[in-house]
Amino acid sequence: MKYEVQENCLTIYLPGDVDHHQAEEIRQEADRLIERNHIRYVIFDFAGTNFMDSSGIGVIMGRYRKVYMLGGEVWAVHVNERMKKILIMSGVTKIMQIYEEEKTNAEYM
Amino acid sequence: MQNTCEIGNEMELSFDSRSSNEAFARVTIASFMTQLNPTLEEVSDVKTAVSEAVTNAIIHGYENTLHKVKIHAWIQGKTLWLEVADEGVGISDVKKAMEPLFTTRPELERSGMGFSFMEAFMDEIEVISEVGKGTTVRMKKTIGKGRELWTTQSL
Repeated sequence: MKYEVQENCLTIYLPGDVDHHQAEEIRQEADRLIERNHIRYVIFDFAGTNFMDSSGIGVIMGRYRKVYMLGGEVWAVHVNERMKKILIMSGVTKIMQIYEEEKTNAEYM
Repeated sequence: MQNTCEIGNEMELSFDSRSSNEAFARVTIASFMTQLNPTLEEVSDVKTAVSEAVTNAIIHGYENTLHKVKIHAWIQGKTLWLEVADEGVGISDVKKAMEPLFTTRPELERSGMGFSFMEAFMDEIEVISEVGKGTTVRMKKTIGKGRELWTTQSL
């Protein structure tokens, strides 16, 4: 797992499987970084993720609660179709926006 | 004509209630169900449901103490049956426990969506629980419903 802090923004590069086991570690490390660096924006990067269950939803909601009092936001990037289905189904997209990259012409062809 | 009521294949799994075994459990079931020739989507659905049930057994059933979680899986025709069982504390109000967003452990950041996910991804789910005795979650999913059965047409 990799974490990256840029000013008041934390990017969490999520593991392949986001389950209860992995969630514990993400939560601890993310909260340590959020407090130490006065983080307002948390970005969950799903580029390497193919599995997530409701424990992952708990992690997103928990980080949202930490930053929204300070006017912060949580975002999801590089979300595949399966992850999008899980996020929308859980209702977590009401508090977290999914960043959709515009497709280049090459990808349409 | 094949008798679809007959149990085609069966397996049992027993493992320690450690969170590291959640991945083991869902990958094992995913592997077991490949004989039904499922789509990737169907495999993902079952993996999610297994993960939710096993996580519930570890966190709520056994309250993070070390005991055995058992999975009984079998195939009947095109249907996969799963039973995830613990001998933990049990659930006093199953109906309440299954309500979306209800959780007894908000301090652990449980989202309260475990049963909702199981219901969404499987065809049927039944929860049998007794306080002090444990909980069994029985689920089933018929594989191949979403696909056209062109391969079965006679030539």
